[in-house]
Parts: sequence; C-alpha cells; structure tokens
Amino acid sequence: MPSTRPAARTHPIRVLIAKPGLDGHDRGAKVVARALRDAGFEVIYAGLRQTPEEIVRAALEEDVDLIGLSILSGAHMTLFPRVLALLKKSDAGNVPVFAGGIIPDEDARRLRKAGIRAIFGPGSTLEEIVSTAQKLARASS
Amino acid sequence: MKGPGRLTPAARAIVDGDRRALARAITAIENGDPAADPILKGLYPRTRGVPVIGFTGPLGVGKSSLINALVGLLRERGRTVAVVAVDPSSPFSGGSVLGDRIRFDRRADDTGVYFRSMASRGAAGGVSAATLETARLLDAAGFDLVLVETVGSGQVDVAIREIASTSIVVLVPHLGDEVQTLKAGLFEISDVFCVNKSDLPGADLAKRDLADLVSLGIASGRWAPLIVGTSTVEPNGLDELWNAVEAHERFLDASGERRAGERRRLANEIVGLVRDRVGRELTERLENDAEMRRLLDRVVARSLDPRAAAELLMTAERRGA
Repeated sequence: MPSTRPAARTHPIRVLIAKPGLDGHDRGAKVVARALRDAGFEVIYAGLRQTPEEIVRAALEEDVDLIGLSILSGAHMTLFPRVLALLKKSDAGNVPVFAGGIIPDEDARRLRKAGIRAIFGPGSTLEEIVSTAQKLARASS
Repeated sequence: MKGPGRLTPAARAIVDGDRRALARAITAIENGDPAADPILKGLYPRTRGVPVIGFTGPLGVGKSSLINALVGLLRERGRTVAVVAVDPSSPFSGGSVLGDRIRFDRRADDTGVYFRSMASRGAAGGVSAATLETARLLDAAGFDLVLVETVGSGQVDVAIREIASTSIVVLVPHLGDEVQTLKAGLFEISDVFCVNKSDLPGADLAKRDLADLVSLGIASGRWAPLIVGTSTVEPNGLDELWNAVEAHERFLDASGERRAGERRRLANEIVGLVRDRVGRELTERLENDAEMRRLLDRVVARSLDPRAAAELLMTAERRGA
C-alpha cells in the first residue's frame, strides 16, 4: 500500500502588519507588506491606528506566525511593550514581534531587551527585512 | 472508549469557545495538516447548518465595507457572527496581501465576532480549498451566522454557491449595460442582488436593469432574486439587505430547497475529497513507483497515449494495485 498522506508541504508564513497608535504614516508598512507578499508570505494587513489590544486580537484570530509593527509617532516605548505584555497574557508570547520606524538606538536596545526580536530603522533594505522575517518565523514554528 | 459524542481536546476547546484553538484548526485545514482531520470528523455531527451568507462581486464594489456594516447591525440584534474573507494569492510568489481586515471596525473586546482572512492559495472560483470546511468549523464553534467574502470575482467565479446558503452578488452603478446581466455565470448564482454605493448616480438604472433580468427568467415556485440598494457611507439599505437575506433563508426552509441544496453540495464535496486524494496518490506514484514511471516514459516516447495510460491507471487502481 502506498502512503496515503501527502509529503509534508511547505505552507506560506502568515504575518500581521499593523501600525499601533496615532500615526498616519503607512507608506513604510505598505512597502514592507508588498515585499513580504513577493517573498511568498501571507500578509494580513491590519492598517492604521490600531490599539495593542486590537493588534493582539487580530494576531490570535488570524493565527499568525509573526507580527510586524510599524511606528513613526514616537510612542514605541509605550505601545510595543504593551503588545508584548498582551501577547504573553494570551499565552502567545512565543509569537515573534519585529518592528520598523523611527526608533532611537537607545530605545531600540531597550525594546530588544524587552522582547522585540528585530528593529529596522531608516536605510534598512527590504532584503534584510524579508530574510529576518523568514528566520524569525522558522525559528518559532 | 470512543463513542460518537467524544471529542479530541482541540475539538472540545473549539466547542467551548476557545478562539485560539479555532484559529489554529483553520490554519491546519488551510495547510492540509492531518491534525485537522479528527477535529473536522468529531465536530461534523455538532454542526447545525447555520446560514452561510456569501458576498461576491467584482473588486472594489464594497464587499468588505458592506460586511462590516452588516456585522454592526447583526451584533445590535444580538446575533453572533463569524466572517471569512478571501483575497487572492499571487500566482508568482504564492504570497498574498490580505487587506479586508482594515474595513472591519474595532471590536477588540466583543467575543461575539470572529474575523479570519484567508488567501485563495491557487484555488479558482473565488474562495480557497479551505473555505468550506472553515465555515463548517465556525458553525460547530457556535456562531449564529457565517459570512463569507470571496475574492473580487469575475464572471465565472461561482464557487461560493458550493458554500453559501444565500449568495449576495454585490454590484455598483455603471458596471455595464443590461446585456451584461444576461450573461451566464455570476448573474445566475445570485439570491440577492445588492447595488452598493447607491449614493452615487446611476444606482436606479442599475437596479432597473437587474429587475428586468429577474423578471425574464424565473419559473413559478422558484426564488426570484431580490434587488436591494445599499450605501455604507450614508449608511442606507442595510436593514433591507438583511431582510432580503432572511427572506431567502425562509424560502429555503419552506420550499425544501435547503435540504436539496445541502444534499447537492455534500455530494460535490465528497466527490471533490476523493478526487483530491486519488489525484495526490497517483501523482506520488507517478513520481516514485518504478512501474508507473515506465508507464509515463512510454507516453513521453509516444508509444502510449495519455488516455490509454489513464485507463491503465484506473484499472490498476480498481484492482487495488
């Protein structure tokens, strides 16, 4: 009897891209969403002005493999730790979170320590972002 | 002991309202993960056949916004609602941008709503291969209603008919003249026509063209599609749209069409499952089985034709080779 199960298939990585807080600048998030799409990701684009609660709820409902947050408002030190805390509270602390935007080096260090897995400032290449996202998703699955 | 009422822990969690377990099970269905198997099998007897309302129509007509507005109305009326929104996968990268969620209002603390984005993953027809079983899972999870949004559809994207109990074809003014409405495909599957963006000029003409279409071809005793104008900016017509859906759902029960339709859909589903599985197995054997590879070699060398090769395979399959 031949095996009735298909060989293990590779499936697309699901990533949530969201912008927390009061910040209308979504060009960067859209460019990253498009680059991830072209790299074979399924990008759930949640868009602008999301609260941390909404972001975490979307991540859980969509069962994403990772979360990308984009921020240019300066509120990252408040909003990012809140997202991380809510994920942990929902027993989803293992879902990697990466971020992009205008984040000073000192803040970036502290955010990495708090659990943001990668931070991309101005000048980051799309290749860097895509390959990091792939690595993060692979490591957590 | 494993009686009929026994559920695996994952299936039990879904019935108990665990949204994370639900979300994971949907992923398993999408990925063809064997973990979905016992969940779907265990939950099938618990499905109630809740209304599944399909929203289809060209891209940009406002399907997502319309669904969002309807969810608001349904939540006010105390109904729990699950939404599955399908967007296309790239034929090149396999990737996808699933953007329907941005039209969805913030309901961070409302447990009566569930929203799931889904990529079509190469399936034709406007939905994904996982959409039907996902709708069934949402039924078992206890939602009163399941709303399914297709990808922006073309004239032949009618797969929603295999999933939805009521199909709404969403259109906008100025999509074309009345001859468009005569064409086969999309216009044939509609239980309700919704002319959205009715705040724009031309809405009355669009509704009139549709009314002409409906008056042409309905046999007595059959359902005559209802035509509703809506706008989500004003907002307008949403009650009327939902009334039309409910009228169709009542018709399904009163006419016996619900059972007939369900029977037809389930037959199609079973055939589809067998076709998928047999297809996968044959593909695997053509690649891995030495005898099969020789068969393929003969076809490549033109000493056997594809139809004869298929017959040989079928005969071998029936013998249980």
